[in-house]
Amino acid sequence: MTGLLLFAIGKRHGAAPGIPDNQLLITQPEKRRTLAAIVVAGGIVPAIVLSILMGVGIFMESTMSASANDSALVEVIGHEWWWEVQYPKYGFATANEIHIPVGQSVTVKLTSADVIHSFWVPQLQGKLDMFPGQTNTLHLQADQPGTYQGVCAEYCGLQHGKMKFLVIADTPDAFTAWVTNQQRVPEKPHDPLLLEGEQVFLGSTCVYCHVIQGTNASGKLGPDLTHLASRNTLGAGILENNRGNLAGWIVNAQALKPGNHMPPMDVGAKELQALIAYLESLK
Amino acid sequence: MAVATGSSTAPNEQLRRAWEAPTRILGILGTVDHKVIGIRYIVTAFVFFLLAGISALLIRLQLAVPNNTLLSPEAYNQLFTMHGVSMIFLFSTPILFGFGNYLVPLMIGARDQAFPRLNALSYWVFLFSGLFMYSSLLFGAAPDGGWFAYVPLTSVKYSPGLNLDFWALGLLFLSISSTAGAINFIVTIFKMRAPGMSVNRMPLFIWGILISAFSVLFAIPALSAANILLELERKFGIPFFDPARGGNPLLWQHLFWFFGHPDVYIILLPAIGMISEILPAFTRRRVVGYTLLVLSTISIGIIAFGVWVHHMFATGLSPTANSFFSAASIVIGIPSGLQIFAWLATMITGRPILKTAFLFVVGFVITFVLGGLTGVMFPATAFDRQVTDSYFVVAHFHYTLVGGAVFPLFAGFYYWLPKITGRLLSERLGKWHFWLFFIGFHLTFFPQHLLGLMAMPRRVYTYEAATGWQTINLISTLGAFVLTAGVLAFIINVYQSLQSGSLAGENPWGAGGLEWATDSPPPSYNFQRLPLVRRREPLWPAVGGAPTSTYAVETLTPDPTNILERESLVTTLLDASPDARMRIPNDTMLPLFLAFSLLILFIGLLITQWAVVAIGAILVFISIVVWVWPAKENVHDNE
Repeated sequence: MTGLLLFAIGKRHGAAPGIPDNQLLITQPEKRRTLAAIVVAGGIVPAIVLSILMGVGIFMESTMSASANDSALVEVIGHEWWWEVQYPKYGFATANEIHIPVGQSVTVKLTSADVIHSFWVPQLQGKLDMFPGQTNTLHLQADQPGTYQGVCAEYCGLQHGKMKFLVIADTPDAFTAWVTNQQRVPEKPHDPLLLEGEQVFLGSTCVYCHVIQGTNASGKLGPDLTHLASRNTLGAGILENNRGNLAGWIVNAQALKPGNHMPPMDVGAKELQALIAYLESLK
Repeated sequence: MAVATGSSTAPNEQLRRAWEAPTRILGILGTVDHKVIGIRYIVTAFVFFLLAGISALLIRLQLAVPNNTLLSPEAYNQLFTMHGVSMIFLFSTPILFGFGNYLVPLMIGARDQAFPRLNALSYWVFLFSGLFMYSSLLFGAAPDGGWFAYVPLTSVKYSPGLNLDFWALGLLFLSISSTAGAINFIVTIFKMRAPGMSVNRMPLFIWGILISAFSVLFAIPALSAANILLELERKFGIPFFDPARGGNPLLWQHLFWFFGHPDVYIILLPAIGMISEILPAFTRRRVVGYTLLVLSTISIGIIAFGVWVHHMFATGLSPTANSFFSAASIVIGIPSGLQIFAWLATMITGRPILKTAFLFVVGFVITFVLGGLTGVMFPATAFDRQVTDSYFVVAHFHYTLVGGAVFPLFAGFYYWLPKITGRLLSERLGKWHFWLFFIGFHLTFFPQHLLGLMAMPRRVYTYEAATGWQTINLISTLGAFVLTAGVLAFIINVYQSLQSGSLAGENPWGAGGLEWATDSPPPSYNFQRLPLVRRREPLWPAVGGAPTSTYAVETLTPDPTNILERESLVTTLLDASPDARMRIPNDTMLPLFLAFSLLILFIGLLITQWAVVAIGAILVFISIVVWVWPAKENVHDNE
């Protein structure tokens, strides 16, 4: 097409030089041949090519679509601006991190607790929207063990840009070990520092939004923290899960992710140390 | 009937007296002259283009480097929303309707639009609704829900401020303007064409405007319905979209895209109509495949209403539904392809003259074809779900909309501005403009395809260095500045042309359309003698070949209208044979007053002050009563 365009423009220089620019070349109707060429090149050929494309598209669509009746290993619920991850078969919940066994097609159910989000792990699968009041089903399969980045792909408000998660494809043994660990209810700490940290946690507003299994903390607004220390990231995939970031997040999450729904915490230095030690013990 | 040259040598004093505004203030605020209104549309829309461009530059600056803190997430979200809203609603459609306003009566040989007062109302409503939406900036509450404002994010629970009310009410307000404008175009084109301009002789720009106007009439109600439902939910808690109370957020998406996709063609059809007008002048031949081009325009207008679900492939609809809309989306590529080849054939069999306007036509073809190529990839749902909502989509729709509308618009500026101002634009600056804009555009948006394939989602206010996106983003940002330099060259060019451009004369391009059969700029009454049309290019001889220096048009002599009053000729729909004389209304402040009353009403709705709403409603009622109060007979039968 570009060739034809260049040819058309280039042709000018071949035209008779003596003829003034405003002279009309042709005002008669065009030749039938020209019209036929337009119809073939612009209509029939694209029609054939596009029909083939369409066939391929429908075929790929049919292989990709998941049946809503499949029992799901993972249920992911979108929140402003984090991901709740449920494993109903195993009876535990986590957040912002999905483990799947490598080489298997895993059924994932998607829904949302508030606005529309979209679940996208670019290296593994096309995106699928998460609607409040509707469940969409997706198949996820990783053929190589490893960590895959996921993002929210539908604009969902202020922190849409910082709503990420990880999909970790484990070998079957590692996956089983991970599930077993996640199912475990943490024991009551014995270490005085950890005990103090637990008291700080349970005595503060933390409990209104977070769950820690085996304690009274049962708030559902924020991520489940039962095995917080086993996760790789904080703040929905935006910070490495280490002591410094954890402290920063607790004291003022607003500085790290402005507008997120976790309020700043007013805790003393000593209490903060204990709280962090306790949270870091939640492996 | 006699043949006369198109030039109006001596100004016709009687016509001038009938058409000129009686007082200065009425001339400024009360004019119903389609040319003045058209220029106002174009200038206002261009200002919104510049504002939207500035937001785009800020967006690109924010994304130039990773983890940038130039803009807060609030500011970023408001900027990309206002960029989209301004470009789509306040720039593209209004500027094309502005060209339409100026050109339609001239191109069909009429003395004004069918409803000149309604035309003035359309403009004032457009201006006020634009100011209404932009006034949100003063309160730091610019719309921030993206240009398609998906619920529930835009419901009052998740967007409690007035931001979205500015958006929804502003668009509702604006829809009055688009609807009135569309009706005006349809009636004007159907009933006001010069005798002899049967439908098969209508210029292709007129076809584009006509089909676009029909699309507006069918598409805008869906958008207005969506906005009314949203405001009812936001202001009165009626849960149309809230799933917890029996609503459905998908309802919004269906209503919005039932408008939103045809809207792309509402913008595109007049723009590509411009291409079909400009091309013959610069290839020195008739456009090839007139009938094919008309049929393509009509079929695009119709099929455009069957493709909206391709914006929703990732929402989890059934594969059957997706396949149907995939097929329709593929089919719409075929008439577009036919048009491209018709233009190529025109270029190949003609003798291209590389003026700036023609360069923009070439820029349009290249850019639009690339946009079309990525466009036919989306109907493959599997592919769509990988790239939708990523920068690949951002790249794609900038190729189709900038390629399909902005390049033709600039071509249109270089082609028609000499008619509007009477002065030519500089070719030297014009070439600077073209090359900076063309290179800048591709430098900005081509790399965004790659960003999309590298999985950069759209609408993220920043990204991390580890993603590896920074180099490409930086290139894209640099491209945006090159593109801006091109726009600046254009502004300088227009300024210089207005100051000291060489005089254009009636027909600087030796073109064949009726708009070139009168002075540049045209007198208030457009044509001293009403033209008579026997060919598709009334100013070109029936048989080409011989060099012609005078471009003559046949005129109706004696003038069948009463030239002592403002009158235009009404003709029949298909054959355009003379039917009646129509009295064109005098200048009046009523449209301005009605638009202002509507503004009060909408401000009342925005701040939920029912007293203000009531005042606005009463004023609206009064102005409508005065408006429709029977005056003297408007239409006389032609004896």
